[in-house]
Amino acid sequence: MTPGVAMAELSPSVSALRAEFGDAVERALVSCGDTIVYLRRDRAHDALAWLKDAPAQAFNYLTDITAVDYRDPERPLELVYQLRSLDRKVDLRLKIALDKRAPLEVLSVYDVWRGADWLEREVYDMFGVVFTGHPDLRRILMWETYAEGYPLRKDFPLRGHFSRAEQTRQALAANPEAHYSLEELSIAETYHELPQDMRERLRRGERGHLR
Amino acid sequence: MGVTERTLQHPAAQDGGGELATISSVSPNWLTTRLDFLVNWARKNSLWPMPFGTACCAIEFMATAASRFDLARFGMERMSFSPRQADVLICAGRLPFKLAPVIRRIWDQMPQPKWCISMGACASSGGIFDNYAMVQGIDTIMPVDVYVPGCPPRPEGLIYGIQLLQKKIEGESIADHRLRDEKLVSPSGLFLPAEQVDELSEPFGNSVHQTRSA
Repeated sequence: MTPGVAMAELSPSVSALRAEFGDAVERALVSCGDTIVYLRRDRAHDALAWLKDAPAQAFNYLTDITAVDYRDPERPLELVYQLRSLDRKVDLRLKIALDKRAPLEVLSVYDVWRGADWLEREVYDMFGVVFTGHPDLRRILMWETYAEGYPLRKDFPLRGHFSRAEQTRQALAANPEAHYSLEELSIAETYHELPQDMRERLRRGERGHLR
Repeated sequence: MGVTERTLQHPAAQDGGGELATISSVSPNWLTTRLDFLVNWARKNSLWPMPFGTACCAIEFMATAASRFDLARFGMERMSFSPRQADVLICAGRLPFKLAPVIRRIWDQMPQPKWCISMGACASSGGIFDNYAMVQGIDTIMPVDVYVPGCPPRPEGLIYGIQLLQKKIEGESIADHRLRDEKLVSPSGLFLPAEQVDELSEPFGNSVHQTRSA
């Protein structure tokens, strides 16, 4: 933050969001110089897509998706989207409050930013938030047969739900090759998804051979 | 060692009048030793480590192998990245439950004779990671010969641990088959008895105030 700029100044994106989406913006505040915008859950996907596509906003880089669970069981779980515009060099943080008594569901932003793929999987893995529309919503850090719940929730005991012996037994029973292939991957297999210049180089035999 | 006062005397000298034989002419050209000594000497000076580095301990392990500390001085010329040629598995760093079947398989794939060094606090006891994701000491899933304390241990510490392992190998006997028996995971699916694993996490650790049921 440059000196001389008032600390408690909302990002101009907030008024633009309010003009475009009205009551989809629940509230906005400034914390430590960063603007935080709370979005309504049902309008959040549209607002996020607009923030990326509107030329005046151009938040083309999704820095992170994470979540915050507070110890107070009444307080909603907050989903956090940290956006950055690489061209305008500005950041924006958006939050969606999810009521913990209802199913934790929200629309995936995979169709807006492809980088949301693993970020949403991680939030699903650690907090159990279900991103509808995600193409491959599986656990990413914990193994896929993990049955103890969602570790970063506040009601999750630090040592897990199972006894140490049970955890060890399940770990030793796991087959490490069940979900991961030891076969070497060839870039030639993804030929049709590659950009044009990569296809050219592949055709010249730089990075493997087409079958 | 087989050379006595009597054999120093050439038979001709005893028969009378002859001169004392020189040492070289009566040198027995043999020596006796214990086969154990020979085998252990060879084994302890040609340990090939299987580096299983998962965390900051692996950085210290790399420093140990590099020129300043030079693990090659102890016969560890070559890191064996295949368990097939490895003699000593060095678990350098914390071991999450997700990696438990991996290290167990690597250990099972290593041929006898084999040893294991648990490097650092996390590998030895779980360290500060007394949580849902971490194995509380790799000795709950496989046998360990030497524990190296530290967080992470300095290269000197690891070298001391390696020297302790060499001492241990010196004391082994090839006649003792129990040393070389494969210590497999029992049919119950555990390496240690369940009660023993359960009590490892309690009452110590950094999360004593948090109950399991929450």
